[in-house]
Formats: sequence, structure tokens, C-alpha cells
Amino acid sequence: MVGALVLLALVLITLSVRSGPDGPLGGVQSAGATALRPFAVAVERIAQPFRDAYGWVDSLFGARSEAERLRAEVRELRQRAIQNDFARQENEYLRRLISYRDGPRFPAGFRSVAAEVIGRPAGEFTQAIVIAAGSRDGVRVNDPVVSADGLVGLVTRVAPRTARVQLLTDQSTAVSAIDLRTRASGIVRHARGTRETLVLDRVRKRDVVRVGDEIVTAGWRAGGLSSLYPKGIPIGEVTSVGQTDTDLYQQVQVDPYVNFGGLDAVLVLVPRERGR
Amino acid sequence: MSAGAALRAFALVFLAALLQVGIVSALVVAGGAPDLLLVLVVVLALERGSVPGAVLGFAGGLVADVLTLDTLGLGSLVLTLAGFWAGRYGETVARSRRLAPLLAVGVITVLASVFSLALRYLLGEEVAAGHVLWTALAPSLALNLLLALPVLRLVRKVVGGPAAAEPATEVEVVV
Repeated sequence: MVGALVLLALVLITLSVRSGPDGPLGGVQSAGATALRPFAVAVERIAQPFRDAYGWVDSLFGARSEAERLRAEVRELRQRAIQNDFARQENEYLRRLISYRDGPRFPAGFRSVAAEVIGRPAGEFTQAIVIAAGSRDGVRVNDPVVSADGLVGLVTRVAPRTARVQLLTDQSTAVSAIDLRTRASGIVRHARGTRETLVLDRVRKRDVVRVGDEIVTAGWRAGGLSSLYPKGIPIGEVTSVGQTDTDLYQQVQVDPYVNFGGLDAVLVLVPRERGR
Repeated sequence: MSAGAALRAFALVFLAALLQVGIVSALVVAGGAPDLLLVLVVVLALERGSVPGAVLGFAGGLVADVLTLDTLGLGSLVLTLAGFWAGRYGETVARSRRLAPLLAVGVITVLASVFSLALRYLLGEEVAAGHVLWTALAPSLALNLLLALPVLRLVRKVVGGPAAAEPATEVEVVV
């Protein structure tokens, strides 16, 4: 019995990996995800106040250990919690998302699909989220995902009503980026050994990058090829710059604008040329 | 295991998978998050035996894989083996030991992390092994241990106590 289950699991893994998301097993998984979506959405709705409370407590503990500048922020957060103002916070988040969508920083040539975050895979192996929008909403694999604060990640799998988004902090994510002030270019990757820190890699030593500079997506285009990410989406702020004689490139650390642990809703950028 | 108890156990596992994906994975403390589904499967297996443990682990892993659009079968394989091992431990030496749930959850959390890491590496996925093993494992382990006893109480209340040992069918007389 147990042997049969192990064998079945191995067969599922093999078929899943070899046939990919578009294979027959991908279809079954998509159908299953669609069938289970109402449960996931229900759990998400029920859990939201608890997650907000946890987020408040978590941020409180983090802020207490910081300097005086952040203590004011903690007091503000405490005040908000006393008022039980979670609904207003959510409202504000969505308003910012809409404001970003309708503002000048929203990339041209794209329309947005707003989606609620309904799940996160267990364990530390992948940095990903599951969102409540899928192929029926026009979402496809490799569509970029943003929040009002900046770049969130890339859609890696799509089911009819849900999609999996690989976050910018995942080990395998890499984004062409530039320093908005000096135009120094590089590749933003996840910094090894940390959860939510990024590095701007491959920055030549002669290029100028300073602490406090804003890093945005480069959005390159060469011949018929183009970057998956449109240009100008904010990624983060440079927190440290270093170089040694032996290194080929500068070591630039970037603090992302997006709080990846506190995402409630996101926007998927869908190219307008694709249509609905 | 009676049909009613099996049904309640499956319902618990299904609910745990939903909660894991929807809430628990986001509860990151010091870099690690608890794994409610793994803890529940281990505790159920300790209480009900290796075969029910493996079947419940397989089902829970499958639901989690479907919900997160992860590689199908990956979670099932890890949780099937976790359920089986915990069940065997329960059937052999653990029943009389009060700390067995904590010991099983602790050891299987570590083994499941290492095994998942190895599986994903074999499948060609890029995984930050340093982060998983050095940063996240210790807090995840602590959180899973904290969950173990409350989950044990919940399982005993909802599904029932440990499965009764099967009566002996033959006796060997040693002279």
C-alpha cells in the first residue's frame, strides 16, 4: 500500500515535470485548483483579520528593536491596531493600487488585472504566491506582477482561475535593471542567505552607483526580443555599494520597496496587444 | 480505523492543507514558518499507524500541491514517507513514551526539509540551500514543536485516541 503511494507520487512528479504546465497532468491540476479555489478564497477571507493582527504584532516586535526613528512608526501602528482599523488599511492598499494603475508610472502598452493573494507554498524552498486570477482573466505565463510599491515578480504557472507568481526574492528570479539617476545597468537577483534582500549584480566598476539611488527595471529591447518586464518599474533603493580589487563587478545591495510578506493584492500586467 | 474516524481525519488534513497555504505559510517568525500540515500528518500517523499515516500524508500533499500549482506529487511523496515513518515509530516504540510526538515532529521536520531540498535539487530547481537549512530550519523546527502538542490534543478530540493494538492470533511458548 505505502509502496504503491510512493510509486504513484513518483509517477506524478515525473509526469508533472516532463509534460510541464500545458500537459495532461497540468490540466488535471488546473481543474483541481479551480475546484478548490472557493475553499482557498474562503480561508483567505476568514484569515484576513488574523493575518492583519499577526502582521501588526510582527511589525511591532521588529520595530521595537530599531532606532528612535522607527519608534514613532511603532506608536502609529499600535494606535491603528487599538482602533481596529484593519478594513481601512485594506482600503488604502487597494486605493494605492488603483492610483498606481491610473498614474503616470504605470507602464504603457499594458492593462492590469487586479488579483487577491490567496496562498503561499509551504516551506522555504520557493518564494512564491498564488493569486486569484488566471487564464480566464487573460493572465499568461511570464506576465509581470506589480504592486503599488513596485515589482513583485513573474507569473510562472497559470490555471483557469488562479496563477502562481514567483517573487523577486526567489533564488531563480533575475531582472535587468538600471540605476535611475546614473543609468548604471545590472541584474537584480536575490541575495544569498537572506530572505528579502536583493543585489544588483554585474555592475561595472566604472559605473557610478550611490547609496539611496532608485533601482528600476531596464526593459531592454534588442531586435525582435524584449525583456519580460516593462521599463521603469521601481524595484528598490540602494543600501550599500562596495568593491574589492579582485572582483570584476561592484557589490550593490538593494532594499526592495515591496514588502513581500504583506502582499494582499497585486496587479498582473497584461500586454494590450494580446487582447482579452 | 473506523469509517467515521477516517472521514474526520481526511477532513482535518484537507482543512490543514487549506490553512497551510492560506495562512500558516505567511506566519514567518525569525525567517521560518510552521508546517501545520506536516505536524498534523505526523501526529495522525503516530496515533493511527503507518498505513493511515501514509495515505493521509499522500492526500494532504496532493491538496497542497494542487492549491499552490507546485510540481504535482512532490508534497505527496514527502508527506507519504513522513506519515509512514511516524506511523512505524508509533507502532513500534513510541506508544509508551510521552515525548514521542515532540521527538517525531522534530526529527521528521528536519528530515522532510533535507529530503524536499534534495528532491528539488534533483528536479533541477534552484533552491537556496543555505537559507533553507541554516536560516529557516531552526525557527520552523521550533514552531512545529510548539504546534505538536496542541495538534495532538485536537487529533485525539476529533479523530479519537491511539488505534488499539491488534489482538495476537498465535502465541509462541518458549520453554
